[in-house]
Amino acid sequence: MNQSGFQWFLPAASSISGPLDMLWWSMVGICTFVALGVFVVMWLFCIRYRRGNAEVDRALSHGTRPVELTWITVPFVLFVCMFVWSLFLFVRIHTPPADAQTIYVVAKQWMWKVQHPGGQREINALHVPLGQPVRLTMTSQDVIHSFYVPAFRLKQDILPGRYTQLWFTATQLGSFALECTQYCGLDHSRMGGWVTVMRPADYARWLEGHAGPLTLAAQGQALFRAKGCSGCHGANASVHAPGLDGIYGRVVHLSDGSTVVADNRYIRDSILLPDKQVVAGYAPIMPSFSGQLSEEELIELVAYLKSTTGPGTGNRRPDQLPASGNTAQ
Amino acid sequence: MNAISAEAPPSFLNRDYGLWAWLTTYDHKRIAILYSIGITFFFFLGGIAATLIRLNLVTPNGAIMNAETYNKTFTFHGVVMVWFFLIPSIPTTLGNFLLPLMIGARDVAFPKLNLASWYLYIIGGLFTVCALIEGGVDTGWTFYTPFSTMFSNTNVFLVIVGVFITGFSTIFTGINFIVTTHTLRMPGMTWFRLPLFVWAMYAVSLVMVLATPVLAMTLALIGLERGLGVGVFDPALGGDPLLFQHLFWFYSHPAVYIMILPAMGLVSEVIPCFARRRIFGYNFMVYAIIGIAVIGFLVWGHHMFVAGMSVYAALIFSILSFIVAVPSAIKVFNWTATLHRGSISFEAPMLYALGFVGLFMLGGMTGLMLAEPALDVPLHDTYFVIAHFHYVMVGGSVMAYLAGIHYWWPKVTGKSYSEPLAKFSAILMFIGFNLTFFPQYILGYEGMPRRYHAYLPQFQVLNILSSGGASILALSYLLPLLYLGWSLFRGAPAGNNPWNARGLEWQTTSPPPKENFLTMPVVQEPYAYREPAP
Repeated sequence: MNQSGFQWFLPAASSISGPLDMLWWSMVGICTFVALGVFVVMWLFCIRYRRGNAEVDRALSHGTRPVELTWITVPFVLFVCMFVWSLFLFVRIHTPPADAQTIYVVAKQWMWKVQHPGGQREINALHVPLGQPVRLTMTSQDVIHSFYVPAFRLKQDILPGRYTQLWFTATQLGSFALECTQYCGLDHSRMGGWVTVMRPADYARWLEGHAGPLTLAAQGQALFRAKGCSGCHGANASVHAPGLDGIYGRVVHLSDGSTVVADNRYIRDSILLPDKQVVAGYAPIMPSFSGQLSEEELIELVAYLKSTTGPGTGNRRPDQLPASGNTAQ
Repeated sequence: MNAISAEAPPSFLNRDYGLWAWLTTYDHKRIAILYSIGITFFFFLGGIAATLIRLNLVTPNGAIMNAETYNKTFTFHGVVMVWFFLIPSIPTTLGNFLLPLMIGARDVAFPKLNLASWYLYIIGGLFTVCALIEGGVDTGWTFYTPFSTMFSNTNVFLVIVGVFITGFSTIFTGINFIVTTHTLRMPGMTWFRLPLFVWAMYAVSLVMVLATPVLAMTLALIGLERGLGVGVFDPALGGDPLLFQHLFWFYSHPAVYIMILPAMGLVSEVIPCFARRRIFGYNFMVYAIIGIAVIGFLVWGHHMFVAGMSVYAALIFSILSFIVAVPSAIKVFNWTATLHRGSISFEAPMLYALGFVGLFMLGGMTGLMLAEPALDVPLHDTYFVIAHFHYVMVGGSVMAYLAGIHYWWPKVTGKSYSEPLAKFSAILMFIGFNLTFFPQYILGYEGMPRRYHAYLPQFQVLNILSSGGASILALSYLLPLLYLGWSLFRGAPAGNNPWNARGLEWQTTSPPPKENFLTMPVVQEPYAYREPAP
């Protein structure tokens, strides 16, 4: 990282940086061209038609319609081209590849907490492998934050009460600044960190060196027992509650006749707001766990349920649904 | 112009002296002056906050303030500049003064409502100033939830009450202008003979009346959640924070057009006058004003491309944002074409107006970049956005406001000001503005987020450049205060029509009498600069 008072170029360190820079510089080029054009014409008119200049013809023509229609049509066509170019890139930004590895991020005033699937935890730092797609599933514990890595040209707001996602493939080794870009209170400007991109082999070593006793899913499994979830949802439960093995990604039929895909958000809502979406055939008897689980624990439970395999009934859907919004599945 | 000299009755200024007479006046011209005093006060109050912000950003770790004070300072700057300066600026001062004059009316349709709206504006302003005295507020002018409702420990209530009250002043002004334009046009003043400034006032009034109630509801909901714990926006209470952003920007994007439409109308008066020819494409200018006002209601989602809205919604808001840029482009081309075959002179109002066209164009073009959802991903909430909206709001609206102040100053006060000083400060403002805000475009591209009390060291050079420019800009705002103040007391009489302009307002005396016109003016085609004056 350049520590002097000025940097000429921002490093381009993700697979989307190049295409976005291409769009950026094209826009800069088009805008400069048009702006210079208008300025030059203004200057020329101002000089040629200055009041003191007696030499020019000042007779006004009638009928401005053809000229007007021209400069309505030309910008409009240009704008549509810009829109279409941006459209393809935007969809790409929101379509994580199927093999992207998920890392969980919990934002809070004023720090970033990262949970890797292997149970590794980081604060204000994120280690990722070079050249491999990474998907961040993010939520906030308090107010809205925003995850921004300028070198990756990527940003995504992080909201309390829901999961948003961001994916990238890092293409350059090194450490890149991570900044919060949604104003979040007193130390907003200090809510930063570093994203470190490592060679895959180094990354594997790093993961090994930082592994805890349990993976994220195993932590979730322990929690599933400790909080009493297994008492009702477990295999030998006496209470009439739906089994949850293999639930993740499956289509669930609700008591009101509608269906929902069991994604991160559905699982989270079912834990905190169990009356909101009751599974068909079951009574709404589950108590809310709102206030009893931290965002990190909710993520552990989601990771656990994701890791279970079920009887294979129901219509499993792929983990990624392309172009379905920023909200993580 | 003509026979009214010796036995001329007193102007609206030279009668009913005394503070009480002013505070109880129903005369739209006096109310305009009351407004302009309030607006100038708030402009310099917000300007002091801006100065502190720029001073603080000279060093990477905050030169003069701690984070808490900084957060309160930029919030105060935003709240004051948006609601107590930019939104009321042109409509309530120049609009109030000129709208009846330009359509040949004696006053606005509801003079008492006009005065009431000034009082509401002042009361709202007092609440906001109270919040500052009580320790300030730290939510940012956007009041994003759940920070503003459940997390901020500052005087959010006072500020939202202040803005809420001021919102009614805006609504009243809007209603007044709409009814005035519909009912009080003099015979012969048909819709397509209206000066573009009147069209802009009419369109902006529609936006005020339709959008401001949504702000009032949104602020009331913040109050309910903050005060009574009614869950609307905070997910912990079962609310949705994105709902707030939708409601807020449903008002606040049209509010951007409340700020820029009057500026567009105003410049459309100034440029034809100094180019001595009719405006190019009058009808298209009218359609563009209406188009901006209407489509402006459909683009609010472009503030939320990275907020967590769906890809489909983002793309629809994106294409609508490009469509709303078309009428703005038409206007820029038409102003430029108005210079063609003109007979151009470069008095101070013209310099300000030409500066407006250039800066507004740069602001608009960077708006195109932000309208692309893909480019908005890296640029959102960085200094690029700050630079973009300052080019439109300060480079655009404030430049235009000053063009208008200089253009109609002789009409309002009857006095002339120092032309060399006015030209000098117009040029100084253009230079200072670009020095202040152009570096911020680069800062944004390089990744400096907005609302940062401290920043990474690689951003320092551009920040120093920006702060240096701001000191020039500050000087260029103080200068008009001095020479216009001087002109008020010592200025030479300006005459009724120093610019030889064609609007109806120039057919009465300067300053106009209370009744506006002693003899009824003659209506011509708008901008009939090639025809003899009536």
